[in-house]
Amino acid sequence: MNDAVVWLTIFVLSVFVGIEVISKVSSTLHTPLMSGANAIHGIILLGAILVTGTTDNGVAVAVGLVAIVLAAVNMVGGFVVTDRMLQMFVRKKKPAPSSVDGAVEGSGGAK
Amino acid sequence: MTPTWVQLVYLACAVCFILALKGLSGPKTARTGNLIGAAGAVVAVAVPFFYKPNGVDHLHHVPLILGAIVIGAAGGVIGARRVQMTQMPQMVALFNGVGGGAAALVALLELREIIEAGGDPGWFVLVATAFTIFVGSVSFAGSVVTFAKLQELMTSAPVVFPGLALAFAVALLGGVGLSTQLVVDPTLWVGIVLGIVGLVFGLLLVLPVGGADVPIVISLLNAFTGLTVAAGGYVLGNVVLLVAGTLVGASGTFLTLLMARAMGRSVTNILFGALKGGSTLGGGVASDRPVKSAGPEDVAIMLAYADRVIIVPGYGLAVAQAQHSLRELVDLLGERGIEVDYAIHPVAGRMPGHMNVLLAEAQVPYEQLKEMDEINGEFKDADVVLVVGANDVVNPAAKTTPGAPIYGMPILNADEARQVVFMKRSMRPGFAGIENELLFEENTTLLFGDAKDSMGKLVNAVKAL
Repeated sequence: MNDAVVWLTIFVLSVFVGIEVISKVSSTLHTPLMSGANAIHGIILLGAILVTGTTDNGVAVAVGLVAIVLAAVNMVGGFVVTDRMLQMFVRKKKPAPSSVDGAVEGSGGAK
Repeated sequence: MTPTWVQLVYLACAVCFILALKGLSGPKTARTGNLIGAAGAVVAVAVPFFYKPNGVDHLHHVPLILGAIVIGAAGGVIGARRVQMTQMPQMVALFNGVGGGAAALVALLELREIIEAGGDPGWFVLVATAFTIFVGSVSFAGSVVTFAKLQELMTSAPVVFPGLALAFAVALLGGVGLSTQLVVDPTLWVGIVLGIVGLVFGLLLVLPVGGADVPIVISLLNAFTGLTVAAGGYVLGNVVLLVAGTLVGASGTFLTLLMARAMGRSVTNILFGALKGGSTLGGGVASDRPVKSAGPEDVAIMLAYADRVIIVPGYGLAVAQAQHSLRELVDLLGERGIEVDYAIHPVAGRMPGHMNVLLAEAQVPYEQLKEMDEINGEFKDADVVLVVGANDVVNPAAKTTPGAPIYGMPILNADEARQVVFMKRSMRPGFAGIENELLFEENTTLLFGDAKDSMGKLVNAVKAL
């Protein structure tokens, strides 16, 4: 198979995977999902490292370093902020121990 | 040639990203999903330090590269930790923009390499390079404007000027023309000019979009950056960039369509509505028509003697930081045996799903949050609907006035309830800038004041009963 065709195949399959994995997302999670997807494209950091580390032209290195800083903001900030949001979704469930549950029920009955 | 083990690691990282997106689509698995994604990203980024990429004996400038990563990561972490939940949309926009900018720069550097190496890289590679430079720049500039609009560094109203449509067309044609030139005869200068034209196009794309529609644009630009990274991955011959970028591009596009549907708008209408002449927004002037207003004590009585109460929270609630008092109020009403739910419009807040995040921050139990389709049938049985800091999402004009900018947007049927109470700061219209007829209905009562202040008074009044 032609090299470009292999890449095209990966691309097309990824499109379907991308749509398929989020097709059942509830609107509750739209914001964290958008933010998480946003963090994932921060992987351009890898590309920025590769182009910067394989050249010795001064200007190119400088531009590459700028790209690295930008991409690192995207990637690291994106994952951290997504985690911060999702943490709140988990925290509020607060599974109370069963004994406390009983006590609450008891006091409710006493009222 | 990239060693096999590296390619296998990249494959594993690509799988991590798929699992991350999959996890993010369910509330129970979301946090784990995000962590899997982060782990995949960290591993992928570490790989080039451990082999000989692209024929060099080792990665050059390692200390500088590490320094740049530390600076960027520190900036990202500080931003991510400091940002208030109400400012989340602009934070996402900003992170997205810098990603797009990085992709455009990477493509420019790769273009330089291609030219220096000589030989024929193949037209497909050059097309992908041009795409990355142009769309990455569009995403960068567009996201910066989005950020400025949401952060209110500039007006959130659509910015339209004579000749905008023409300038838009010229920038687009310029982008296409320069891309063609780059493919036919690749030179660095054409690439740089293409990037600049992309920046201009990004500005022109987002300036005419009204504040209420900006969230859709964030999602769209997110998808753009994803595709940019995918194209960049092809140019660099890096499979993890290709897969990650494509995933984000595809899911982002899909998400954009979902959101646009929730707002009852088409994406083209959102982007180009203002270009076709006329503004997408109304005047935004406060009305002086008579309304019925009441004090916190009266509203407390209405609420306390109801059987069924539905709360409609909006962005104003979060801006006033009243969500904690609101939860206290709902708890009090719950103790009195009143059935209380929150009705969450899909675009409540400033970004789809934003309200859920804001209420989660106030530790509102998940089960009390009802989505629009779930609760819309229940409004007719509600004794009181309490609208806090929301406006457009309960505006019946969406159903009744064909000319209204929000016409066609599915709304919460608050107008069907026996009583509606609006907590508002003033009579100023909502983000969409149009008047809400519901405010003037006979069974509507207004409680004026800062949401936090009024909510505190309301809580005390209910306690006193």
